[in-house]
Amino acid sequence: MTPANPDTGPISETRNVPQRTNPLGFVTQGLQGLQRAILPMVAVGYSMRDETFGLLAALGLGVFIAAAGAGFAYLHWRRLTYTVGETDIRVESGILSRAARSVPFERIQDVSLEQSLLPRLFGLVQVRFETGAGGKDELSLQYLSEEEGERLRDVVRARKDGAGAETRAEASANADTATPVEEPAKVLFAMGPRRLLTFGMFEFSLAVVAVIGGALQTFGDFLPFDIWELEGWQKLFAGPFGQLENLGPSARILGAILGLASLLVVGVATGLVRTVLRDWGFLLERTAKGFRRRRGLLTRTDVVMPVHRVQAVRIGTGLVRGRLGWHGLSFVSMAQDSGSSNHVVAPFGQMDELRPIIAEAGFEPPSEDLAWQRGAANARIDSAVASAFLLAPVAVVTIALDRPWLALVPLAAAVFLGLRQVYLWRFERHALSPSQLFIGSGWLVPKLSIASRAKLQSVEISQHILGRKRGYATLHLGLAGGTMAVSGIAPDLAEELRRAVLTSIARTDFSELGQ
Amino acid sequence: MDETPPTAPDAALPKPDPIPAASSVTSPWQAPDHDDDALTPLHPNHVKVLRIVIALTAVPFVIGSLVLESAQLVPTGLFAVPVVLAAAILIIRVPLRRYQARGYAMGADRLRVVRGLLFRSDTAVPFGRVQHIDVNQGPLERVYGLATLTLHTAGSHNASVHLPGLLNEDALVMRETIRAHIKRETV
Repeated sequence: MTPANPDTGPISETRNVPQRTNPLGFVTQGLQGLQRAILPMVAVGYSMRDETFGLLAALGLGVFIAAAGAGFAYLHWRRLTYTVGETDIRVESGILSRAARSVPFERIQDVSLEQSLLPRLFGLVQVRFETGAGGKDELSLQYLSEEEGERLRDVVRARKDGAGAETRAEASANADTATPVEEPAKVLFAMGPRRLLTFGMFEFSLAVVAVIGGALQTFGDFLPFDIWELEGWQKLFAGPFGQLENLGPSARILGAILGLASLLVVGVATGLVRTVLRDWGFLLERTAKGFRRRRGLLTRTDVVMPVHRVQAVRIGTGLVRGRLGWHGLSFVSMAQDSGSSNHVVAPFGQMDELRPIIAEAGFEPPSEDLAWQRGAANARIDSAVASAFLLAPVAVVTIALDRPWLALVPLAAAVFLGLRQVYLWRFERHALSPSQLFIGSGWLVPKLSIASRAKLQSVEISQHILGRKRGYATLHLGLAGGTMAVSGIAPDLAEELRRAVLTSIARTDFSELGQ
Repeated sequence: MDETPPTAPDAALPKPDPIPAASSVTSPWQAPDHDDDALTPLHPNHVKVLRIVIALTAVPFVIGSLVLESAQLVPTGLFAVPVVLAAAILIIRVPLRRYQARGYAMGADRLRVVRGLLFRSDTAVPFGRVQHIDVNQGPLERVYGLATLTLHTAGSHNASVHLPGLLNEDALVMRETIRAHIKRETV
């Protein structure tokens, strides 16, 4: 059977026919290979800079790597076909050894589309079929045209929803006209540039400092001096800051403040850039198929999550933004979202904006009259004592080292940790409503998890030997795609919670949850 | 995950329990176990399996200490006596305590698995949430006619709950019972 090209052949004929991915795909992959060739080229060019043919060798290497990459990409493209069958999607691939994989429609949780910069220029998408296998094991097709990606997503959904002839006919009818009928979508959450900038201000990150440090360690040899040698720095600063050194301690303090300020600026700038790259044009919609989220500046992703697959919702915040009422909302599900199982559905919004989204997912935000309960005080006391015990030897060592005033540091830390436990005792709380379980945790950065009681998978009460003697336990709840636990509560309360949750679980079978 | 190998507090206890007493399952220091159903103890052969496993692990250490002893590098008995004593406690006493700490309860719609000495856990798996069921027999378990029942759930925590030390026939019956509760997933 000759593989048909979905972009040229009539789409209605594509069922059960092996198809190739978009031919532009291997061009893209070849170009991406070229990116990879740059670094070896630079390395060769640098190490052979004294040779006559150094530059030539570097160019030759680059051409070779690029050609090899393009060649492989072409072969790979030639040998990879996918088939949309009656009940499954099959992908056959491999240049020398062949691999065939079949994924039944029922097992596909979700079809997500992802576009990074290069494919985007060519109008291509990477189509990922989420089965819950996670990470590398997921089936993905790189790259298809945008229309083909959309079509595939519609086909999978139609087959999945009801493998009836009616839906199938409808799907192929849609495909025939090549203009899939867009369901009326309701915008739940969107972030304009202004909101995005505010968000970015809070996403302080020093990751770039670490990256630069790592890069310097790796490529430090290329610098004209050894960065780990103090003398080099002194020489470097001797020019512009030479005068500073003669100005005495006040100037040095000024220098330190300037240094911290520049670090702050770098951190804020990194946060801004990262946030804008990730969340540019953030749009969350409620479509007939579920929640649809699009975001990204250079790499654009388009993820759809069916409503019934939301296992729990999490509301988080930050140290500063929480004081200003900004919160982030994410859904817990078995599908993966860029490595994490939490789907961020509203990264930065006020509670009033988040509440409708929570309601749309079939969850209720905590009501005013919810009966919150606290953990056992004994658990907190034990934690505080344990941290004090860990810090005591440090204090002893510092005193033994003839620096008694240094012992204040571990003592202060112990007091701080003790205060933290008091706060946690005061603010960590949980509550049970007829259909949901609420768990609030965190001290300075409070988090709230809301799980549907019926959607939990198992309940475990665990106690270590101290907890058994002092009367507290931890309740672990099995949650598909996440973890959930209430720690340090009275055993009787744990029993009561478990009984309540198990009763809710027993009422619904797993298959009725529509995972 | 298994329990942490018991150390000083356990080993320091003066006299070992002579028989796997059923009373220990309801001893006062296991206070939170007052669920609706009483726990069923595992098959006594489970103790033997645990002992053999620990013995196999301890053998290299005992041999090593004896070799060290015969080399006469350290004063007589300094090394070998504690090692042999520790091995004896680990082989004789610990499996018994572990066995006593373990138990299960088959409810109408759930399986409860209790285990752990230092870190005690009491897990309830509703039958309606079981994804699939394994009954495994290792070579030692086969000798003693035992099996391990494993329930898999979709949760990230307790993705698989193991219940070792069941009589093979019991494990198979339990599997059938649980399977009957799982409705066929609609395809």
